[in-house]
Amino acid sequence: MTIEEVQNEIIEEFAMFEDWEERYQYMIDLGKDLPLIEEKYKTDDNIIKGCQSKVWVHANMQDDKINFTADSDAIITKGIIAILIRAFSNQHPKDILEANTDFIDKIGLKEHLSPTRANGLVSMIKQLKLYAIAYQTQLN
Amino acid sequence: MLDVQKIRKDFPILNRTVNGKPLIYFDNAATSQTPQQVIDVIVDYYSNYNANIHRGVHSLSQEATDAYEQARIKIQKHFNAKHSYEIIYTAGTTHSINLVANGFSSLLKKGDEIIVSALEHHSNIVPWQMLCERTGATLRVIPMNENGELILSDYDALLNEHTKLVFVNHISNALGTINPIESIIEKAHAVGAAVLVDGAQSCPHLKPDVQALDVDFYVCSAHKICGPTGVGMLYGKEEWLIKLPPYQGGGEMIAEVSFAKTTYAGLPHKFEAGTPNICGGIAFGAALDYMNGIGFENIAAYENELLAYGTEQLQKIEGLKIYGTAKEKTSVISFNVGTIHPYDIGTILDKMGIAVRTGHHCAQPIMDFYKIPGTIRASFMFYNTKEEIDAFIVALKKAIMMLS
Ligand SMILES: Cc1ncc(COP(=O)(O)O)c(C=O)c1O
Repeated sequence: MTIEEVQNEIIEEFAMFEDWEERYQYMIDLGKDLPLIEEKYKTDDNIIKGCQSKVWVHANMQDDKINFTADSDAIITKGIIAILIRAFSNQHPKDILEANTDFIDKIGLKEHLSPTRANGLVSMIKQLKLYAIAYQTQLN
Repeated sequence: MLDVQKIRKDFPILNRTVNGKPLIYFDNAATSQTPQQVIDVIVDYYSNYNANIHRGVHSLSQEATDAYEQARIKIQKHFNAKHSYEIIYTAGTTHSINLVANGFSSLLKKGDEIIVSALEHHSNIVPWQMLCERTGATLRVIPMNENGELILSDYDALLNEHTKLVFVNHISNALGTINPIESIIEKAHAVGAAVLVDGAQSCPHLKPDVQALDVDFYVCSAHKICGPTGVGMLYGKEEWLIKLPPYQGGGEMIAEVSFAKTTYAGLPHKFEAGTPNICGGIAFGAALDYMNGIGFENIAAYENELLAYGTEQLQKIEGLKIYGTAKEKTSVISFNVGTIHPYDIGTILDKMGIAVRTGHHCAQPIMDFYKIPGTIRASFMFYNTKEEIDAFIVALKKAIMMLS
């Protein structure tokens, strides 16, 4: 699936929910299924700045596609990063760089997109794209 | 007695909704809300007599100057300072602290010691670290115990003839502990050290008498006491304010200027360079009028009730731990529930219209002491109610359920 297709799938899933409670409950559940980062990568270098909670992200490339793993000490943050990773994992670096992230708004999590929000979603997106840039350079 | 329903009508913001729910504002220790009486003063200033002060011969300038200086006198009376020129207008607590720390640069030498407490707002530790770097003085720290109280016997051991300055907050913002500043001041004076008290968190709840305390410097911000942001004050004993060199150069703070030499203006203008926050100063005075109109004894009695009620209700929740259980504390409750991250609870509470603070509350050393990433902090003011606490408890239980 392309990033856009995955994003549309996520939008459809969230469209089933009636209110914020169901949306957040789902996000919390997604957080529990986050592809976890290996303990050895949970270093200070891999911490994303700008979050009130700690977020670690790691990326590796296989067959020209990037896979992300992550973890956080806060469950809602884990849910948010799980959604992002689902959209961006197993994709070509170039596609990750070109992807937009409007779908976050469309699934009713717009408030988390504010750059001043303490969860650092914007920093997370930036970090995922930085990994994509790094791997893209390797490919060139 | 205090009529909370009548008081709530003074605060327009309390009528708004957040995420479709009535706002419950429990982040008062970060900033307090503003009553209509203060908002009116701000509107009146800009509508009727906005002008620069101390320099114009025209009527508007005179009116603005009078109102600004009247407000200084209100502040003086409120804190019972001996002279109105011992009240320096600043941009707030942080600015006031930096002003004093900077001034001490020229009074300290290598080998001197400064004492701060373990309960400080960490941004307020930085000016002292910088001062120590500049002067070669050493920073010593009064430790705290598990309840969040300072260990005074350790303080006694830190004091000696090298101690030049003691810095302590009157009330801790992270835990609400009321520190025994009377005895801290007395002991510091016994070794000849000056004392600066950070009153940012105490001024909303009690009325300090700087002469009775015999404190050398006392600082606070208007925005925590129903006033606007960006204005505050430094009280300093006259003898100290004379000793301290000016902080910033500029207009207003000079008597005469030539390229050979400038003589500084007298107090308080020596420390008030440039056009100040005129409207803010006037509104600061109005905020004190408002709070004094309710009465600090009434405020304290009512807030203590809220604190007792809130503590009792929270303690019924399984797995909830309160940090800061000092015998003397104000209406601040810092807590965690099990291993749930404070950020998660804060996010869910916000969805239900409840504003609390989560995180380390600019008091990283305190969080390190308890080995936690942060807490959820609910802080009450006299316009909050038991009904709001009930709604908060229901919302909190729901958040815990969702997050467990
Ligand atoms: C104890 C304490 N000191 C200082 C400050 C800083 O005040 P301001 O940001 O108004 O300068 C605060 C505010 O949170 C505080 O709680």
